[in-house]
Amino acid sequence: MGDLREILQNLSNEFGPAGRESAVRTRLRKLVEHFADGVEVDALGNLLVHKTGYGSVPRLRVLLAAHMDEVGVMITRVEKNGLLRFHPVGGIEARQLLGKRLIIGDERVPGIIGAKPIHLQSEAEWEKSPDLDGLAIDLGASSDAELSGKVKVGDYGVFATRFSVLSEDPGWPTVIGKAFDDRAGCAVLVALLEGEYPVDLVAAFTVQEEVGLRGARVAAFRSTPDAAIVLEGTVCDDLPQDEDEDGPAVTKLGAGPAVTIMDRGHVAHPGILRLLRECAEAEGIAIQYKTPGIGATDAGSIHLTRDGIPAATVAVPCRYIHSPAAILNLQDLADTVQLVGSALQRLSADHLRRLT
Amino acid sequence: MLDLMKRITEAFGVPGYEDEIRTAIRGEIATLVDDLQVDAMGNLVALRRGAGGGKRVMLAAHMDQIGLMVTHVDKKGFLRFAPLGYLFALASWGTQVRFLDGTVGTIGLDGRVNPRHDLPTLHDLLVDVGATDPTEAGKRVGDVATFWRPFVAQGNAWFSPSMDDRVGCAVLIEVLRRANGEVLPHDLYAVFTTQEEVGTRGATTSAYTIQPDIAVAVDVTLTGDLPHARPAMEVALGRGAAIKIQDGGMISHPGVNQLLISAAEAVDVSYQLEVLQGGSTDAMSIQVSRQGVPTSAVSIPSRHVHTPSQIVDGRDVEAAIALLGSFLRRPMDF
Repeated sequence: MGDLREILQNLSNEFGPAGRESAVRTRLRKLVEHFADGVEVDALGNLLVHKTGYGSVPRLRVLLAAHMDEVGVMITRVEKNGLLRFHPVGGIEARQLLGKRLIIGDERVPGIIGAKPIHLQSEAEWEKSPDLDGLAIDLGASSDAELSGKVKVGDYGVFATRFSVLSEDPGWPTVIGKAFDDRAGCAVLVALLEGEYPVDLVAAFTVQEEVGLRGARVAAFRSTPDAAIVLEGTVCDDLPQDEDEDGPAVTKLGAGPAVTIMDRGHVAHPGILRLLRECAEAEGIAIQYKTPGIGATDAGSIHLTRDGIPAATVAVPCRYIHSPAAILNLQDLADTVQLVGSALQRLSADHLRRLT
Repeated sequence: MLDLMKRITEAFGVPGYEDEIRTAIRGEIATLVDDLQVDAMGNLVALRRGAGGGKRVMLAAHMDQIGLMVTHVDKKGFLRFAPLGYLFALASWGTQVRFLDGTVGTIGLDGRVNPRHDLPTLHDLLVDVGATDPTEAGKRVGDVATFWRPFVAQGNAWFSPSMDDRVGCAVLIEVLRRANGEVLPHDLYAVFTTQEEVGTRGATTSAYTIQPDIAVAVDVTLTGDLPHARPAMEVALGRGAAIKIQDGGMISHPGVNQLLISAAEAVDVSYQLEVLQGGSTDAMSIQVSRQGVPTSAVSIPSRHVHTPSQIVDGRDVEAAIALLGSFLRRPMDF
C-alpha cells in the first residue's frame, strides 16, 4: 500500500487542468513505460498504454480509462491593478473558492482568491454566497506590468494543495490532497498495469473529462475494445446528516470500491456489473453502489463509441471532490485495484453477451 | 393488432433493462426477417433483404419506456428513486409501478409536501411496496420499475403507460408482417433501439453499425388538441400519421419528407405535418451518425405523453403502418 500511496501522492501534486495535462502525462509515462508493450499519445493528448495478455488467441481487448485532468480555472483578464479575472474549467463553484490558494500558469506562480475580511462585510454579505464574476486571483502584484511574462490570458490555475497523510492507522489509512478526481483512478490504473492478465489491455489516461468526457471519446474510437471499465475518484456524502432524513448517502468513505449502476452518462452494462459482483464475492471485497442518477464519467462517451461498447465504472470514494482538498481512504484504493484486477482475470465473452 | 398492442405495451423494458420487451419483439418477427442481431447496446436489429440495387433503409422505434431506479431503501422500507427518462412528479404520485421481478408498488408522497397547496418534486416521492421494514421490501439500490397499467382499447382510443414508444414498435412489427412474402426494392433494417429515453443512446450505435442511406424514426409526438394548448401545435389525435418537419433535436431532411408525403398521397393515407417545440427522437442521433444520414420521423400523435395513461388513436396507428408500407415500396431518389 506504501507504493500505491506514493504513486497517488506524486500524481495528486502534479499540475493538470483539462486541456493542460502534460505534466501528469509525463509522470504517468515514466511510471508505466516499463510495464507496457506499447505507449502512444493521440491527437488530443490521451496517453494510451498497451499491454498484451497471456491468454490464448483470440483474446478479449479491455479498455481501462482514468482521466488525467482536474478541475481548475482559466485566466480571462489581467486587470491594471494586477488582479486576475478567471473562468472555471470543470465543475467548480464560487463558495469553494473563497480564500483558497492556487498555482497559476507554466511558471507555477502562487496566488490566492481574495475574500473580503469579515470586518469589512455587511450583515447582508454574511448571508449571501459570492458570485464567480465578483472573484479575482491576487498574486500580490502591484500592476499588470509587473506580471508581464509570468501570467497571461489563457493560463490555467489549479488548487495549490499538497498531498499529506492524515492517518497511519492501518484500519483507517486516510490521506488528503487535491485532484483525487481522478488521480485516484490514475493510481489504480498504474497499479493494475503491474499485473499480468489473460486479456489484452489498453490503459487510457484520458484528457478533458471535466469539460465533457472529450478525450475518452477518441481514445475509445482508436482502441476498439470489447469492453471498458472506467476508474474514477467519486463523490462521497457521509457528512453528518439529519437522522430523520434517512436519505441516500451517495457513497461512504472506507466502505469499499463504489460501483455505478446508472448515472447521467450511462447505464452500466449488466454483464460487467454481474462480473464485478462475482469478483467482490470471490475476493471477499466489500463493495458499495453509488447512488443512481448522479454525475457522469468517461463511460458516458466510451459506451456510445462506434457499434457500442459494454462499459461500467468503478470508483474510489473521496470526500469533498472538486474542492481544494479531498480525503481518501487508502484501503478503498487498494481494494479497487484488487477488484478490477480480479475482473480482468475472470472476464469472459459470456459476461459481454446480451440476453435475447 | 389489438392483441399485438397488448403484448408489446405490457412487456417490461426501461432504459438499460430491455430484455423482456426485446424477447417479446423477437418472438413476433423472427420468421419475418432474414437476419436478427442483438448488439452491444442491446439493440435488436432485424434485416429484411430487398430485391438488390435499392437503398439501405433504417426504421427505428425504441423499446425502452420511462421508469425509475431505486437509489435508497430507508429504515421503514420506503424506496427513494432516480428517474429513468423524464418523469413528471405531478403525474407520478399515486401511480402503480411494477418492478422487473413483478413486485408492485405505489408512488407515494412524503410529508414535506402538502399536496393541497404545493407541487411535489421527484425528491418528495417514494415507492411504497407495502412493506414495514427494508427486509420485507426486498428491494436494493439499482432495482428498476415502471408505470403499470394494462392496455385498454376503447373504440379507436388506445390507452397504455408505455405508448411511448411501444406503439412505434408495434407499427414496425406490423409493417414487417404485412410485407411478408413480398420482395421489396430496398434492404430494410428494422431496429428496435434501447435507451432512447436517457439520450437516444441505442440509436447512436446502431446507426453507426448499419450505415443507412435513409432513416426514419417511428415514435410518438405531442398534440396541440388539448384546451389552451401551449405552445400552439397543429398535430391532433385522429388526423393521421404525422410527418416530422422538425423538433427540439432535429430538422428533417426535406427530400425524405417529400418521399414520405408522396408515399402517403399515393395510397390515400391521411397525414399531418409536425413541428414539435422541444423533445426529440432517435432520428436526432441517426442523422448525425458518421458522415450524416438523410433522416426524418413518422410520429403517432399521443396525448399525455410521459404520464401513466397515454392515449393514441388506432386510425393514426393504421395510417402510420400504411404510410411506411407505401414508402418502402417506392423508389427513394432525391
